[in-house]
Amino acid sequence: MSKKLNAVIIGPGNIGTDLLMKMKRSEWIEPVWMVGIDPESEGLKRAREMGIKTCAEGVDGILKHVVEDDIRIAFDATSAYVHAENSRKLNELGVIMVDLTPAAIGPYCVPPVNLAAHAQNLEMNVNMVTCGGQATIPMVAAVSRVQPVSYGEIIATVSSRSVGPGTRQNIDEFTRTTAGAVEKVGGAKKGKAIIIINPAEPPLIMRDTVHCLTEGEPNQDAITESVHQMVAEVQKYVPGYRLVNGPVFDGNRVSMFMEVEGLGDFLPKYAGNLDIMTAAGLRTAEMFAEEAANGTISLPERG
Amino acid sequence: MNLQGKKVRLHDMSLRDGMHAKRHQISVDEMVSVATAMDEAGMPLIEVTHGDGLGGASVNYGFPAHTDEEYLGAVIPKMKQAKVSALLLPGIGTVDHLKMAKELGVSTIRVATHCTEADVSQQHITMAREMNMDTVGFLMMAHMVPAAKILEQAKLMVGYGANCIYCTDSAGYMLPDEVTEKIGLLRNELPENVEIGFHGHHNMAMGVANSLAAIEAGAARIDGSVAGLGAGAGNTPLEVLCAVLDRMGCETGIDLYKIMDVAEDLIVPMMDQPIRVDRDALTLGYAGVYSSFLLFAQRAEKKYGISARDILVELGRRGTVGGQEDMIEDLALTMAKQKGLI
Repeated sequence: MSKKLNAVIIGPGNIGTDLLMKMKRSEWIEPVWMVGIDPESEGLKRAREMGIKTCAEGVDGILKHVVEDDIRIAFDATSAYVHAENSRKLNELGVIMVDLTPAAIGPYCVPPVNLAAHAQNLEMNVNMVTCGGQATIPMVAAVSRVQPVSYGEIIATVSSRSVGPGTRQNIDEFTRTTAGAVEKVGGAKKGKAIIIINPAEPPLIMRDTVHCLTEGEPNQDAITESVHQMVAEVQKYVPGYRLVNGPVFDGNRVSMFMEVEGLGDFLPKYAGNLDIMTAAGLRTAEMFAEEAANGTISLPERG
Repeated sequence: MNLQGKKVRLHDMSLRDGMHAKRHQISVDEMVSVATAMDEAGMPLIEVTHGDGLGGASVNYGFPAHTDEEYLGAVIPKMKQAKVSALLLPGIGTVDHLKMAKELGVSTIRVATHCTEADVSQQHITMAREMNMDTVGFLMMAHMVPAAKILEQAKLMVGYGANCIYCTDSAGYMLPDEVTEKIGLLRNELPENVEIGFHGHHNMAMGVANSLAAIEAGAARIDGSVAGLGAGAGNTPLEVLCAVLDRMGCETGIDLYKIMDVAEDLIVPMMDQPIRVDRDALTLGYAGVYSSFLLFAQRAEKKYGISARDILVELGRRGTVGGQEDMIEDLALTMAKQKGLI
């Protein structure tokens, strides 16, 4: 019997397509369906060409196949507006939902910080925060696990070409969701997030700056070591995650300057913001699959 | 140039753009006394916000002496005729800040995006319009793209509900011919009921000349700041512009001597450093770099031993846009490493 869990991807845009390309290489997750709403969409055509089943009737069109195709994991790469309904319908059928929208109805998941806990609890809906959150919250956590952080601030700079219409129409969701997760997952008492979109050509690689204000004098050696360890953890699933400068210490300010280069699967390598989301989402599903294979968790019963 | 009989609405920036030059440390008392004196002098519109707009309080841009709520709440009730505006940069501030500003009595909201990214302003412009605010779409760093691109982006903002569009020379890079071309195209192509505005910086000493070119090409609103208190070499100095427009017979409704006194007696004494076209401010204009980078680059020079001019030129070469202040320390660190200084 295969240890792989079968998956459906909802939303055949940039995120969904990049996710599919990465999933094709996964030892733990098997992509089976791509769901969209427009039969003529480029994304569904691409998915068909890549040999997976497609459905253009939205999530409702896939429900009848869930048991028959033994779908266990769903990735939602649509929008915050429709996510709650998608999740409810699929959770009812025992499908674990990995939420790549900013809806955040389930707990935030940043793999090197709290994925293990979510997998052990068999959370049926986990939210992947935002690209900026995935790139920066590990750094906030790397500082806050050494000493209390009273304030964490992140600045994500992304290339114009890598930011889709969904993010643009609701950019406030990005700042709110990211700031919330800087607090809840990063461990900062207060969080702040800023996003800058830069149209330079050739497009710039995603850049992220993380500032933490520590309570008391920062323990420089311990923080530096913790930051380097955390960078290595993220590099396990995003090889192009790099600490360019820092940690820099200035009074109680600790700053890290990051660069995130993607694998260049669907969008070119500059779009590290896309990669870090899809890689984190896939890593999350893989851990659920590993835990299920180990028998640490039991997937919902199916008749 | 004939501006005889034209009317223009001047918009003061000293209590918002001037926050950059003051490291966001203007006191509430200073805000109130400057705004009250400008109100008395007939300034129709005064912007009061953190330099980087609502929600700008941050490590990245600087924590202000007081919150936007405190400044707006103190200034607005004191105004007899002047209206107060606030700036909002999507990606930094949110619609929550917008609602707060509206509740405190802000009448004009200016939603600012980089000149190619207008589509991030939809939710903010739409909401401001729904709340019946005077809603301005503010296209920053407008020197970086051709006029046709500015027009395309302006049309997006008008579509979301903006009733005024600004061509914003954030870097103080433009020369008058470029202003004429861009403002002229916007005026010719946008609906008549949409006003056009120009926001200049004085980094190439073109603030006044560019503002005149903008008025001639059809701009109805001109930004500047009294005594030029603003980022870089400052904004277009408004008392100077008032005097020039007075001589040209262009109406502003502002009392020239009173606004000269605000500049000399209230604002100049507030300045932490002379605001003039020094070597670094000139570099901003020459290399086309966002004006508020100035003091950050000078601080990085002190800390890491890399000249502010070299940092600014490299930031220009990389195509950095407004808000990327974090790149300054990052770049200074990288340059210092390359030179073996750290």
